[in-house]
Amino acid sequence: MATTDVVPQEAGGQLGRKRIVNDMSIQVATVNGSGSQSSNTVLLRSIFQMGVPVSGKNMFPSNIAGLPTWYTIRANKNGYIGRKKEIDFLVAMNPETAQEDTMSLDPGASVLYDEPLALHKLRNDLVFYSVPYDKLVAAVCPEAKLRKLVKNMVYVGVVAQLLEIDMGEVEKAIRKQFAKKLKAANLNMAAAQAGFDYAKANLVKRGAFYIERMNKTAGKIIIDGNSAAALGCMFAGCTVVTWYPITPSSSLVETMIEYMKEHRIGPDGKATFAIVQAEDELAAIGMVIGAGWAGARSMTATAGPGISLMSEFAGLAYYVEVPGVIWDIQRVGPSTGLPTRTSQGDILSTAVLSHGDTKHIMLMPCSVAECFSMAPEAFNLAEQFQTLVFVMSDLDLGMNNWMSDPFEYPTAPINRGKVLRKEDLDKLGGFARYKDVDGDGIGYRTLPGTLHPAAAYFARGSGHNEKAQYSERADDFEKNMERLNRKFETARSFVPRPEIMKGRDAKIGIIGYGTSHWGITESRDQLRDEYGIETDYLRLRAYPFTREVHEFIEQHERVYVVEQNRDAQMLSLIKLDVKPELITRLHSIAHITGLPLDARSITDELTTMEGK
Amino acid sequence: MATTPAAEPKTNRIGLTVMEYKGGKTTLCAGCGHNAISERIIEAMYEMGVEPELVIKPSGIGCSSKTPAYFLNRSHSFNAVHGRMPSVATGAMLANRRLVCIGVSGDGDTASIGIGQFIHLMRRNLPIIYIIEDNGVYGLTKGQFSATADLGSKLKSGVLNDLPPIDTCALAVQLGATFVGRSFSGDKRQLGAMLKAAIAHKGTVMLDVVSPCVTFNDHEGSTKSYKYVKEHEEILQDVSFVPSFEDISVEYDPGSTVEVTMHDGSRLHLRKLEEDYDPTDKVRAITRLTEAHDKGEVLTGVFYVNTKAPNFLDMLNMVDQPLATLPESLTRPGREVLEAAMEELR
Repeated sequence: MATTDVVPQEAGGQLGRKRIVNDMSIQVATVNGSGSQSSNTVLLRSIFQMGVPVSGKNMFPSNIAGLPTWYTIRANKNGYIGRKKEIDFLVAMNPETAQEDTMSLDPGASVLYDEPLALHKLRNDLVFYSVPYDKLVAAVCPEAKLRKLVKNMVYVGVVAQLLEIDMGEVEKAIRKQFAKKLKAANLNMAAAQAGFDYAKANLVKRGAFYIERMNKTAGKIIIDGNSAAALGCMFAGCTVVTWYPITPSSSLVETMIEYMKEHRIGPDGKATFAIVQAEDELAAIGMVIGAGWAGARSMTATAGPGISLMSEFAGLAYYVEVPGVIWDIQRVGPSTGLPTRTSQGDILSTAVLSHGDTKHIMLMPCSVAECFSMAPEAFNLAEQFQTLVFVMSDLDLGMNNWMSDPFEYPTAPINRGKVLRKEDLDKLGGFARYKDVDGDGIGYRTLPGTLHPAAAYFARGSGHNEKAQYSERADDFEKNMERLNRKFETARSFVPRPEIMKGRDAKIGIIGYGTSHWGITESRDQLRDEYGIETDYLRLRAYPFTREVHEFIEQHERVYVVEQNRDAQMLSLIKLDVKPELITRLHSIAHITGLPLDARSITDELTTMEGK
Repeated sequence: MATTPAAEPKTNRIGLTVMEYKGGKTTLCAGCGHNAISERIIEAMYEMGVEPELVIKPSGIGCSSKTPAYFLNRSHSFNAVHGRMPSVATGAMLANRRLVCIGVSGDGDTASIGIGQFIHLMRRNLPIIYIIEDNGVYGLTKGQFSATADLGSKLKSGVLNDLPPIDTCALAVQLGATFVGRSFSGDKRQLGAMLKAAIAHKGTVMLDVVSPCVTFNDHEGSTKSYKYVKEHEEILQDVSFVPSFEDISVEYDPGSTVEVTMHDGSRLHLRKLEEDYDPTDKVRAITRLTEAHDKGEVLTGVFYVNTKAPNFLDMLNMVDQPLATLPESLTRPGREVLEAAMEELR
């Protein structure tokens, strides 16, 4: 009756003595659409509730049901929550990938598998645990049609027992997950308990991995970047949202709809917002621009293909000078590419999106906290500068669960920018829409519906003079384009400044942005601890670049720009911006695999380039 | 020189003269049908007493889309990208539901590059007066066929059109527009009445106005020339409109008219030339349009009116105050909301 597979004496004996605590990655391999999301979330939350820093990454196919999917939970006592390449504990639930998943593990890893898969025959340098899932599920779930859904919760119990995760925390997580469905909560709890009990009675712990209580998650929250952005936009005072569904951005607006319905209903029971699903991204951006022109705080969320479609309108908004916020939850291109995988591949095209001389402000959040805090910043910048602001998130940030300190209520008031109202026009008598009155390149605008005979102006994408009149005159055109440039230069002093982290007397600099941050911070520790390489690190938070970026490059002999695309897109943008003599200091560490960038890949590449 | 004081200029019910509805000087060709349409818009807005500051004039790209510069100088204009005025108009109306939106497009801007947005605009029933200044030809690029050009019509260069036209009116009726009509830029009376009724309507008004291009499409063989339209126009009904603020005139024989009460209480009179034409019957509208095509006729009139369908802005259940000017107290929830949200995520 013993179901624990006996691993060869040498390996097993050695593994049994080792004890690795709060430092592991658990990968759950399942089939898309099998309902494993709840189980994975419960496992993640259980570890989180034990006080251990944790992150969860879903690697899923572009498919509704049937294709393989992997969920990786990383628990790390040092707080490294970026992706780790090596898998320490595999939960093999998918017959289709089980063999390959097992073969790709490093020696010493553990494998938990469904008994009929007989994976233990594949290798003798791993720890195997087998569980007869169907038998266990049948016992706790009389209803046959629910068994498939409940089956996944069994492994949660088994893993909890093997890693010594407190079942009390598992129960708490299950109750939270099924908060409004008592019956489902009870059923799932029974399944988890059955797994736990089975493991306790039948499995012999041989693997090295353990979860122990610590206190590093007290007060923290778990949220995905898209939900954080949705919350941020609600608190940013956004009033018009138009969108077209596209992975990985859809959940941003869908979550926003829920939040807005709950918290943005006015005193008369009516909505202080409008959310419209458009017919395509062309219409979504058109509505954003129409709404922004007429004075709403408007936004859309999209991904690379949507950004491409918005190109023409983006140029119009730049030239007509209309505010709007566009969230780009980047995925892998070109073309349809890998729609459910992450990248930072839209940086270069978005910076200059559209024809003619066009430049856009971009913000680059690295964390869920920044997805929240950059939302009000983006809207304020958009209205202050009367232009589109692109927030460059990505799939890893947007769709995965991240641990974070709770978000802070926005301190900066809503800034509507230079808008002339009727009373202002009464005093001024009139205005010139595109005149640089203040020397910052930003003109004054009026909103349609302003009840003053001189309020109206003609917004047009064709050549225009200061008074917004049609003009093909060379001097009018040149003057206007130079003013637009001046406006962009002004933005350098207003966009979020980079975050700089210093090493000890470092000669090497690293520049990164967005989710590359998590691999970079861990890699810097590896570089210091394993190679004695000290680094300084500048995390970009916005384009146009602020003066700190130039100073940072000047202060370092070599600067590595780390990013998740093939063509070193941010490096290219930096090259356009810095003094020519500094360009040779810049080197690229660019990765594009569709998977979140891990620390080891950065460390390996950087040390190779450093000749170590 | 003049010693006698000029007579007080005539004003409308909000005290504005017709001059205050004028626009800039047209840069279109002399005799262009589009200029006549601009004149009718000016008159209709003046006569209806619409506050020009509340009007927005979005347009697309093309000769038609230049015309907002030639009427209502006191209204905001937005020259969008080609074929995508509907989305800009939609966004603006979401931001400020008190605005009166008159969107100007052309046959190329609507029926070719803009057909996608046109279709979705019609089905939303957004309050907008959508005018197609329809000459069947691309004027600004010097005379290529558009998708409303009739089968067999001839370009100036002699090229024959071998594809069937898109009937924007039939399409609009089918898609959900709630006021659909066709007129001719030269028909001052019919177009004027239609525009006034359009202003009173709270939903999508789609007016296809056949407007000959004097430079590229007003020759023998063109079905959108002055001559062709005059010879082939079949008028469905005599259109007349009584605004809500005017007394009921009794010039119509009740037996021969259909009366439609508009949203603001105004009345649209459709004097029957055709015995049993019912402007609330969608199927009939489409049938009549199809029959007219087959006969080579240009059918004009109000084909379809529905004053009961909910419009897009009402469906969104927005606050009465424009979203654009809501104060921070209404658009940024309090600290306690964030704290509660954070608590749920712990």
